[in-house]
Amino acid sequence: MTSTISGRTQKITCTINGEAVTMDVDIRESLLDVLRNRLYLTGTKKGCGVGECGACTVLIDGEAYDSCLFLAVWADGKHIRTIEGEAKEGQLSEVQEAFVESGAVQCGYCIPGFVLSVTALKEQNCHCDRESLKKELSGHMCRCTGYQNIIKAAEKVLTEDK
Amino acid sequence: MYDIARYEEARTVDEAVALLAANPNARIIAGGTDVLIRIREGHQPSAELVGIRHIEELSKIELRSDGTLSIGAAATFSRISKHSLITHLVPALGEAVETVGGPQIRRVATIGGNVCNGATSADSASTLFAFDTVLQIQGPEGVRLVPIREIYRGPGKVHLGQAEVLTAILISPENYNGFGGHYIKYAMRKAMDIATLGCSVNCKVGTGNIVEKARLAFGVAAPTPIRCPGAEALVEGKPFSAALVDDFGKAAAAEINPRTSWRASREFRLHLAEELSKQALVRAFIKAGGKVQ
Repeated sequence: MTSTISGRTQKITCTINGEAVTMDVDIRESLLDVLRNRLYLTGTKKGCGVGECGACTVLIDGEAYDSCLFLAVWADGKHIRTIEGEAKEGQLSEVQEAFVESGAVQCGYCIPGFVLSVTALKEQNCHCDRESLKKELSGHMCRCTGYQNIIKAAEKVLTEDK
Repeated sequence: MYDIARYEEARTVDEAVALLAANPNARIIAGGTDVLIRIREGHQPSAELVGIRHIEELSKIELRSDGTLSIGAAATFSRISKHSLITHLVPALGEAVETVGGPQIRRVATIGGNVCNGATSADSASTLFAFDTVLQIQGPEGVRLVPIREIYRGPGKVHLGQAEVLTAILISPENYNGFGGHYIKYAMRKAMDIATLGCSVNCKVGTGNIVEKARLAFGVAAPTPIRCPGAEALVEGKPFSAALVDDFGKAAAAEINPRTSWRASREFRLHLAEELSKQALVRAFIKAGGKVQ
């Protein structure tokens, strides 16, 4: 079956932070555009817009993706998670706590993306050593911290599990 | 927002070909990591797109009954690098595609897109050349098979009709059985960078520790990815030695035609070609079971 989009919008159904959402999206919109401009989930940041900085990272079906390079129409049927859904009932997630405790956050622009990538690794029971952890997080840029405390935060949460 | 005038989602290859044939302005989008950036930069105004990312048959990685490894063109790099058929039969390809961009990019970017964009710097390309890969292409007239060496037309250009879809990348058993392979990407950073030079060597070891077969391919050493048949012939059938490795490197550098770009000068690329081909040959030879003192 072909879903030909005659006009410029298409209806998509997905979940965002656990809530079912049905909406008409423009075929020109990225998932990032929809999250920020239509749903006001501005925790997902727009950085480079070309998939280099990772500030726009969200989880799609449990894996980290750059939402700037992901057309909104592709989100149909997907489970999407943004930083807004990570703290539950006012309680930061374990990953968020680790970032705070490790002093991993400076300006904070890159942090939602980092937190989501580390969350995915944690949920996949990643047994990363430091080098492979760096590789796993290489799709994120941070211009403040020099990465050390971010890596420490990630290591903390990924090793405390075991 | 992206300047997209029309978007159609194909669910089968037949449907993708039909949609492309029905609209001469239509272009394919798979992972979108190159296409969306091109649109963003204004190179594809009022883009009319046929999406192929949801075509199930295009993401399959399977072994055919004759031993041919078939990699669906829309298989993503992250799937390829983790797939057991890849890690068992053609590990060098899995290692090569792990050097593309970063993890988020590798989850969407596809191997077919890497080929069809025609970039000489494509990280999968030199390794696919070293494996003598055959491309399976479907169009309005049916299916055709083309060796990867014949698909490139020039920088960023491939011999692919507007209504044709690259459906699978095929590696036959005589091109992977017994081979050890190694890819080296030389770039300024370990991730999120484009190769200054990419070098892939596949080789096979014969009795008496000889280099029975050698395949050498480069990315960014010429306007398109290339093989170096001269360097290959020079070492084939000869016992492995440090001198042979040196000769291989020199022959490789003599066979390529890199350019000066803002990333690196021609001279630096020639130097890299000599060094990387030597290193890759040694590593590939070890992986193939050979002995290097």
